[in-house]
Amino acid sequence: MTAQTQNALLAVRDLRTHFHTFAGTVKAVNGVSFEIGTGEIMGLVGESGGGKSVVGFSILGLIDSPGKIEGGQILLDGEDLVTAGEPRLRQIRGRDISMVFQDPMTSLNPLHTVGQQMDEVLRLHTDLDAAARREACVAMLESVGISRAADRLGAYPHQFSGGMRQRVVIAIALLAQPRLIIADEPTTALDVTIQSQILKLMRQQIAARGASMILITHDLAVVSEMADHITVLYCGKVVERGPTRALIAAPAHPYTRGLIDSIPDPSNRHPRLRQIPGMVPDIRNLPPGCAFRARCPRAQALCAVEEPPLRALNAARSAACHYPLQPGEPA
Amino acid sequence: MFGYLIKRLIQMLLVLWVVSLVVFLMMSFTGDPVFMIVPIDATEDQIAQARRILGLDQSLPVQYWIFITSLLQGDFGQSYVFRQPALSLIVERMPATVEMVLVAMLIAVVVAIPLGVYAGANPKGRLSRIIMAGSLMGVSLPGFWVGMVLIYFFAVYLGWFPSSGRGETGEVLGVRTSLVTANGWHHIILPAVTLSLATMAILLRMTRAGMMEVARQDYMKFARAKGATRQDVLYKHGLKNALIPVVTIFGLQLGDLIAFATITETIFSWPGMGKLLIDSIYRADRPVIVVYLMLVALIFVVINFLVDLVYTLIDPRITLK
Amino acid sequence: MSSFVQSEFFHNYTRSTSAILGSALMVGFVLAVTAGPFLVSQNPYDIAGLNLMDSYKPPFWMDGGDARFLLGTDGQGRDVWASILYGARISLFIGLVAMVASCVIGTFLGLVAGFYGGIIDSVIMRIADIQLSFPSILIALFLMSAVGTGVDKVLIALTAVGWVVYARTVRGTTLSEIKKEYVQAAKVAGLPNAKIIRKHVLPNVMTPLIVIATIQVGTFVLIEASLSFLGVGVPITQPSLGLLIKNGFDVLFSGLWWTSVFPGLAIMALVFGINLFGDFLRDELNPRLK
Repeated sequence: MTAQTQNALLAVRDLRTHFHTFAGTVKAVNGVSFEIGTGEIMGLVGESGGGKSVVGFSILGLIDSPGKIEGGQILLDGEDLVTAGEPRLRQIRGRDISMVFQDPMTSLNPLHTVGQQMDEVLRLHTDLDAAARREACVAMLESVGISRAADRLGAYPHQFSGGMRQRVVIAIALLAQPRLIIADEPTTALDVTIQSQILKLMRQQIAARGASMILITHDLAVVSEMADHITVLYCGKVVERGPTRALIAAPAHPYTRGLIDSIPDPSNRHPRLRQIPGMVPDIRNLPPGCAFRARCPRAQALCAVEEPPLRALNAARSAACHYPLQPGEPA
Repeated sequence: MFGYLIKRLIQMLLVLWVVSLVVFLMMSFTGDPVFMIVPIDATEDQIAQARRILGLDQSLPVQYWIFITSLLQGDFGQSYVFRQPALSLIVERMPATVEMVLVAMLIAVVVAIPLGVYAGANPKGRLSRIIMAGSLMGVSLPGFWVGMVLIYFFAVYLGWFPSSGRGETGEVLGVRTSLVTANGWHHIILPAVTLSLATMAILLRMTRAGMMEVARQDYMKFARAKGATRQDVLYKHGLKNALIPVVTIFGLQLGDLIAFATITETIFSWPGMGKLLIDSIYRADRPVIVVYLMLVALIFVVINFLVDLVYTLIDPRITLK
Repeated sequence: MSSFVQSEFFHNYTRSTSAILGSALMVGFVLAVTAGPFLVSQNPYDIAGLNLMDSYKPPFWMDGGDARFLLGTDGQGRDVWASILYGARISLFIGLVAMVASCVIGTFLGLVAGFYGGIIDSVIMRIADIQLSFPSILIALFLMSAVGTGVDKVLIALTAVGWVVYARTVRGTTLSEIKKEYVQAAKVAGLPNAKIIRKHVLPNVMTPLIVIATIQVGTFVLIEASLSFLGVGVPITQPSLGLLIKNGFDVLFSGLWWTSVFPGLAIMALVFGINLFGDFLRDELNPRLK
């Protein structure tokens, strides 16, 4: 954590984003830290309701009332976005950091043509004239695999299939050559066959541009194929992080273990999914101690009393567990 | 497209036919118009003769057949009161009503859309709350009472506007309208404002609801993630989407204006077809009532059709089928 | 009860100025209408109690006002305040009864259309569609012109225009409910329709119906007032607020504004209260209902 700080593209430090609702304060993100270097893909993993999307929106400064960033830093090249202010954030959004949303059916404006929606990014962030912008849009659409791109600029989103729309969304996200792309469940809403195409496309495009990506998903199978690093979130906190291969091969936190076990294994003759027992607890009034203990097969007396801090396991990995799994140990 | 037009045309004719049936039945079951046209001291023979002339001695289906075939020939019968063709009576007064309705709609739209957009874009603002309270007032007030209060205040008390009548008219393309004379505008302001209030309130509330609904959509957040300003997102991406539901009720509102014009015209002694309808109801002048209803039904059906066409222009997802 | 007090609904109610104001107006109106006639000394429709010497007295704070008549008197020496209390009774009675009748008939027709489908459904829904493409006031006006004045006739006319919204809502819910597998299964297992309606359809449709019904009372009060103002609503022997305004309108140009302005304010207070509360209900109970 200390060694990487200098060359990290984005460093999130102790981010806390809370939602103040009638029923209490939802600490959706409660002290999350991580870093991403240039050209890296980081997987941000957890069950729904775990605060993953809120992290993404916090980075872009798109948290709307009743939500609020209560504390922490979000450093882009050392510049703190939490205190940057809206005008500066607007320059950054779309140009330095862009976002791909979950559902391509709803993230495109149904009344504007694809061309208009692409053009908007270039008008906001470049000085190109109309002809040059159009050329750039056509080139980008082609590079995300949309044929007859020049003709399709005049088409409306509803004239595209779901997978094609997500390609358009990705094209929009890439248009201004951002250094970081936040992809929030980019394939969840798509057919399985389309999913892998889109993931492949994203990986290619990121690599070709030397950009970084935060891939937010509940699906460990997706990140294990895509990401260099993985950060696992549970109840608004980081419970484990490490390089993808090591983390998947030998998870240290029982929650990560549970997530891995619930990936369907095609080689298994009895493909019955193992689910993590229980449900995500009510985040508004978490009991003291470890938030995962009620669902944890390894929980002991200490877990109910003291919240485990995120501790380094070795140079590259850390986990927030009093009794982390040892490599090779069964769950 | 052609198939759609045919289908719509059949639908429209069906609606008009149902209306004609209802109007005919209601008129047949209520009261005997024969006493409207015979003198008070008429003999049995005279009454029987009048009945024959009116076709009232026939069976109901035959009467309906006569009714509908004359309608189709544009023969709506003579007004019992004016002894003139009922159709021409109504058509004569139509421009007065249409001009008032159009001015009222214009006032409503010009006021409601910007205020509704503002209130929807800033739902928690103080000004928005005032706007919303005002609009709720607008749907809670009896329109005729507002008209009265306006007459009392602006015409009787302040004397700024005339309290009744249509003022001078000029002729445009063969239609007499008060919209081409200053005096005419002077006369139309109060009634048009009165008439516009309810529609204004409803359009405002729809616009606000539309804006608030749209603000929650993913594409709004996506547009902000591109770096667009909140204002740009609201007006470039939000407004058009928000106005779609407003357009869908536009036709209904135009219909409401025509309907409520009857009351406004009565208060302001505006010589339109609405006032003629109310006068005809008092005098049980059945042919005039029938023409009014059939004509208004036709207008409504056409308006709804036009609104559907406009709808397809705004929303590319809608195709005419 | 305690669970109601602790509920989010109640909490939001106590935080909502408009909801409190709205319900206060409604409750105040109902109280005034029930207790009102006992509070005023004069029965405005008892000719014996009227004195022509008292006619056209302005409200008490104006020159020539009379402390006996807070809001002034009309041409017969009738106390405007007393007339309002009596008239509001008729207005509110018509609004409530027509709402209940519309709700019962509309719900019934909606259930029938939803359950039996086919031709019955098409006929009911086509009628509803056609009716909805015409303004309620025009339909009511036409019906009244055909049947003549009377409280009962106003009720019929209002019910004839009011049933449609209920029928459409109930039909929609019925259709989506009976499509559900467990309802289908229950049907196959011999659960009687009445029970399906009671257990599955009604609970789901209750919330929107409450919202519609609340706002409809206000709409009906306004339509009735318009009809009566035009002289095709209630008879002069049973003057509602709308008829009071009409009577006052005839003398407005003589500057006698109070006989028409105050009844109008009374209508506004009631309908505004209903709409404030109805809006709150709609936002709380069913944010999607437009």
